[in-house]
Amino acid sequence: MATSKVEGSSSLRHAFGGVLSVFILFLIGVVAFSIRLFSVIKYESVIHEFDPYFNYRVTQFLSKNGIYDFWNWFDDRTWYPLGRVIGGTVYPGLTLTAGTMWKLANSLNIPLSVETVCVFTAPIFSAFAAWATYLLTKEVKGPGAGITAAAILAMVPSYISRSVAGSYDNEAVAIFALIFTFYLYIKTLNTGSLFYATLNSLAYFYMVCSWGGYTFIINLIPMHVLLCIVTGRYSSRLYIAYAPLVVLGTLLAALVPVVGFNAVMTSEHFGSFLVFIIIHVVALVYYIKGILTPRLFKVATTLVLTVGIAVCAVVVAILVALVASSPTKGWSGRSLSLLDPTYASKYIPIIASVSEHQPPTWPSYFMDINVLAFLVPAGIVACFLPLSDASSFAVLYLVTSVYFSGVMVRLMLVLAPAACIMSGIALSEAFGVLTRSMKFHITKYFECSHTEAPAKLGESTSTESSAPLENMTKSDTTEKPEVARKEKVARRKQKKEKELTENAHVKPVSAKKERRPLVLPLEASIVSVFLLIVLGGLYVLHCVWAAAEAYSAPSIVLTSHSHDGLHVFDDFREAYAWLRHNTEVDDKVASWWDYGYQTTAMANRTVIVDNNTWNNTHIATVGTAMSSPEKAAWEIFNSLDVKYVLVVFGGLVGYPSDDINKFLWMVRIGGGVFPHIKEADYLKDGQYRVDAQATHTMLNCLMYKLSYYRFVETDGKGFDRVRRYEIGKKHFKLTHFEEVFTTHHWMVRIYKLKPQKNRIRGKSRKSKLGSKSTSSKSGGMTHKNPWN
Amino acid sequence: MDRRLQFAFVLLCLGLLSSTARSDLVVSKAERLVDLNSHIVRVLSKLKVENEGPDDVSEVLLALPDAQAKNLAAIRTFYSDGKLGFVLPTEPIEPKGMPSDVTYYSIALPKKLGKGKTVSLDVLSIFTRSLKPFPEEITQAESQLVVYTDNMYYTSPYPVKYQSLVFRLPGRVESYTKYPKVELVKSELRYGPFEMQPAFSYSPVVVHFENNNPFAVANELVREIEISHWGNVRVTEQYTISHGGASLKNGFSRIEYQARPYMRGASSFRVLIAKLPARAHSVYYRDEIGNISTSHFWGDSQRTQLEIEPRFPIFGGWKTTFTIGYSLPLHDFLFEADGGKRVLNMTFGCPLDEVLVEKHIVKVVLPEGSKDITVATLFPTKQSEDVKYSHLDILGRPVVVLEKDNVVPEHNLYFQVYYKFNNISLLSEPMMLIVGIFLLFVACIVYMHTDLAISKTSSSYLEKLQWEEVQATVQHIKNIFDQYLAAHDKLESSLRDLSRSGDVQSCKAARKAADAQFKELAKELKPLLTFLQSCSQASSILPKIEELVTKEKEMQEKEMAKHTTVVDCFEKKLGGKDIESRIASQQQKLTSLKQEVESLLDSISEI
Repeated sequence: MATSKVEGSSSLRHAFGGVLSVFILFLIGVVAFSIRLFSVIKYESVIHEFDPYFNYRVTQFLSKNGIYDFWNWFDDRTWYPLGRVIGGTVYPGLTLTAGTMWKLANSLNIPLSVETVCVFTAPIFSAFAAWATYLLTKEVKGPGAGITAAAILAMVPSYISRSVAGSYDNEAVAIFALIFTFYLYIKTLNTGSLFYATLNSLAYFYMVCSWGGYTFIINLIPMHVLLCIVTGRYSSRLYIAYAPLVVLGTLLAALVPVVGFNAVMTSEHFGSFLVFIIIHVVALVYYIKGILTPRLFKVATTLVLTVGIAVCAVVVAILVALVASSPTKGWSGRSLSLLDPTYASKYIPIIASVSEHQPPTWPSYFMDINVLAFLVPAGIVACFLPLSDASSFAVLYLVTSVYFSGVMVRLMLVLAPAACIMSGIALSEAFGVLTRSMKFHITKYFECSHTEAPAKLGESTSTESSAPLENMTKSDTTEKPEVARKEKVARRKQKKEKELTENAHVKPVSAKKERRPLVLPLEASIVSVFLLIVLGGLYVLHCVWAAAEAYSAPSIVLTSHSHDGLHVFDDFREAYAWLRHNTEVDDKVASWWDYGYQTTAMANRTVIVDNNTWNNTHIATVGTAMSSPEKAAWEIFNSLDVKYVLVVFGGLVGYPSDDINKFLWMVRIGGGVFPHIKEADYLKDGQYRVDAQATHTMLNCLMYKLSYYRFVETDGKGFDRVRRYEIGKKHFKLTHFEEVFTTHHWMVRIYKLKPQKNRIRGKSRKSKLGSKSTSSKSGGMTHKNPWN
Repeated sequence: MDRRLQFAFVLLCLGLLSSTARSDLVVSKAERLVDLNSHIVRVLSKLKVENEGPDDVSEVLLALPDAQAKNLAAIRTFYSDGKLGFVLPTEPIEPKGMPSDVTYYSIALPKKLGKGKTVSLDVLSIFTRSLKPFPEEITQAESQLVVYTDNMYYTSPYPVKYQSLVFRLPGRVESYTKYPKVELVKSELRYGPFEMQPAFSYSPVVVHFENNNPFAVANELVREIEISHWGNVRVTEQYTISHGGASLKNGFSRIEYQARPYMRGASSFRVLIAKLPARAHSVYYRDEIGNISTSHFWGDSQRTQLEIEPRFPIFGGWKTTFTIGYSLPLHDFLFEADGGKRVLNMTFGCPLDEVLVEKHIVKVVLPEGSKDITVATLFPTKQSEDVKYSHLDILGRPVVVLEKDNVVPEHNLYFQVYYKFNNISLLSEPMMLIVGIFLLFVACIVYMHTDLAISKTSSSYLEKLQWEEVQATVQHIKNIFDQYLAAHDKLESSLRDLSRSGDVQSCKAARKAADAQFKELAKELKPLLTFLQSCSQASSILPKIEELVTKEKEMQEKEMAKHTTVVDCFEKKLGGKDIESRIASQQQKLTSLKQEVESLLDSISEI
């Protein structure tokens, strides 16, 4: 009877452990979801920033018109007059995911708006990503490390920065897809099951649908396979994990319109095919080795090697010739700038102009992964004790992602899961060692103080030296049987149970533990556990702070705290709402490309360029117009059928990321295509300035004029609060543009192109000269501020 | 102007022709007060009607020129019999033999008007779109000037004995029709008095004046009132607001607007005030691109006020859209009616101040399962029915749609929706959720407990079955060993009892019992071991189990030996120290054996 009870309680304990870990995982999901809601609570449930607006618009189209129209959607609201084929140029994963979720909710008659679904997609997928991390780390180092890694990933600031509620961007689902693909790869590697290999290809397909970062997977996994082969870890499981992924994955990837034949044509994918060939050769070699005698095998090797190398050389030569014949060596600009960090700034200013493509600074590592940066080395060490296929993969993932994050600040996002996995492993191993030694000491202490000696103790951490000592104490104490024994038996049982559960929890390490018992002093381990908890606490505090303060701002609504309370700057939406309601539906709005997505989504007006940046010439045209004098700019815009020009100006309220600060990029990009725009003309002694010392070209370009038109009348001096000086040219008139709207804080100013003047024969040149002279004279003439 | 004069001439002719048609009644006094303060024109005509004919009269006719009648939003007649005042029904009719360019309304008198009797009637007529901006385009700095045209004389099918006309104006007057009997006092422009005018007298009067009050026009307003019997009424109002005045030319300059908003931009409006019912809560104000942060909200037990500011100031010709939503406590608006019916009592119109709604749609969403729906309104509306699906509905919620054009604040009256609803239906959705989740769990349980293998003969399936069997056996073996250990414990405790009490007999008995148990367990163990040996899959565990068995045997022997030694010693009455030294080596071996056994057990249980 007693035995059955023991058995029952042990299985109950297992069940309890399972339920507990499920519950913990659920809570981790809740944390991952809710820590991203700061933006909704502090601001509102709204789509953030720039790219999410495009995704939101696409999702709206998808939910309204269905999937087939989506694939064939030609968007004429953007890149006027070129337009853009949306279905063939977007990664559809995110929109399809959100669209499906919306459809599901609506088919159950749950009235959620598309916007709500889009806003909350990222937090939901962060919870999924945390669970995927659990699975991946569990495959690498056991469930304890898995849970720790999941908890760390749930709130890593780097990931939060891209997945707060409202940040409806590809990365939101792609990180989940990335981790899940890696998990399935490791799972296949550990089990050798074709079922998981197929799932792996499907997960890879989802990743290809979601993000251009899928090339990371298709390069990292071959690298790992190669590593395994080189280190002599080839097995049939490795073959099953890799070969189906390449075949199925490439086929599936080619189904995504935006990838299409790129899946076999571009250099990003060649590595995987090369490794595919290598693994087959290796598999063949292993097979032949199995059926041949060692001597015959040696002969065969030399034969094959001579022929094989010759063939390989020819193939490689052809490949190299093919690749070299294309100007970018078959690599896309963004991938090239990853391999050669200076490439973009040298050749493609448009990629270099995006702030998230800049290399990160050291503080941003601390900001984004915080204490994980210190835990990662420990995790790497733990991965080498012992090194398995899975843990070697984790190490490889970490190393490559550290490199990529060093090139582009945006790819810090890829580093975050790797850092979380490593830190999870490190923390869980450290806790394992520390609690074990604590338990060892406590049990010993317990035995010494009481007369009873449960002989079990040595089982977990027995050392040669402690065993005789125990026996000594025991033999001393067996003589004094006064104490109530029953109680002790009961206690012993309890202890046994505890140890059993402990064993169940640190299962994967127990094998190692027997071999290499590591016992730290009690005080040291207590202090270390305490310090680790403090470290974790600091991490949590930092994450909450980052989520609440640093990464929740939607960037279309700005707030500032002043002495008289919260001040809201809602100028962007004010301008977009004005455009939406008070201009003709077919009017074209020109602005710098940053505001293209927002203008099409919020104002529903046609734009000339947008954040997609696929046509450098078109962007350069707008950049040239912005850097040209008024007349030339008017001609460029008029030829593009532009009716309104929108500029963002922060000088009145001190909003630093305005068009004047971005202006040098417009000059550079414009000058890259139209050589008459020279960067040097806009710089005074190599310095970019718009004050009195600025160059004549600078003070007469369209961007300057549109930004500072009548600005001097606000305070009489024209003090720019971003640049912190008085502007150079204060009083001027616009001849070809007309102010039609300026928002409350002047952050967005909208101008209308004046219609062409009636031509008066023979007078056109004269009038042009005249207008020029008045505009230059006007500086002196209207010197007084009419308001003061 | 020419057209108007022509029209007046025609009217006059017609009037002369038909002046005899209704000569029984005479308007003895007509005082008109035209309020031109807002863009909604309110004309209050105080009439004294006298019956000069021989017959009793039960209805009084009102006449409006068609040009005005098409702008008429509401007409209402108030009658007071000294103590009580009430509203008389006023219906449009088309009497025969009357001039056709005029629209007629008939007032049904509460009691017949006898010969020579007089009745006083106050007629309030409300016109929209009657103020024409002139000029039609102004710059930001200019004020808005509007033109109002009316008949100087009271248009009536009856002769008017005495009449006067007063315009109440908001500000400066640019020009007005000059006439001998006119005076401009402060903001009032008075015409008259005129005496003894025949029926349908007409003389145009035009006032051109400054009016910078907000010309807020809601081109469309959709009010959705959703009733939840859990205690909430949710109101959602979607507005498309535009400025109906003179349109803005030459763009909008923020610097001028900010420097002197009331001078530069006088014709625009930037604030709208919504008067919501008392105890309104959960208010939101947003548009299609998000929340609009410029609003103020305050309320007490009597009323709630929401001051909303559109995203940008609205100038002439500009428009914007937004949505206001709020919740109200159900018990303030829903009551029990006769016959087990429920009645919803809500206001019809728009809560915004002085806003003309061109197209007003009220949708009342009743809870799922409502029946026998009837609507009662005080003015004619276009009614239709619809169904809305939301929040896990299956049948959908019945929706009553009321439509009306040209709604002015005077339409802000209560209307009633009667319907039948069973409270049990409230539980259907929670029950559905409960059943759904229950079924989910049931499905999980079924999935876990059913064998979903397609081929029952495939080798992998058989292997799996065998593996499960092996696991069960190993578990069984483990139990047996646990029992072994328990038996050992018992023996040990019997020894301890012995050292305390010296009762040799009971100790021996314990040993006998243990012996018997060991034998029994060994018997039990045998078939299990043979099964494991026969199984190919158990090969990995088998060595460990075999080792376990041998270790256990050894342990038994040692335990027995120790037991015998101790008992012997007791029988020989040896001292504690002696016993200790004798069994010391055995004890040591036993402990190490026990440790080994237990670690083996653990390693087995890990499989």
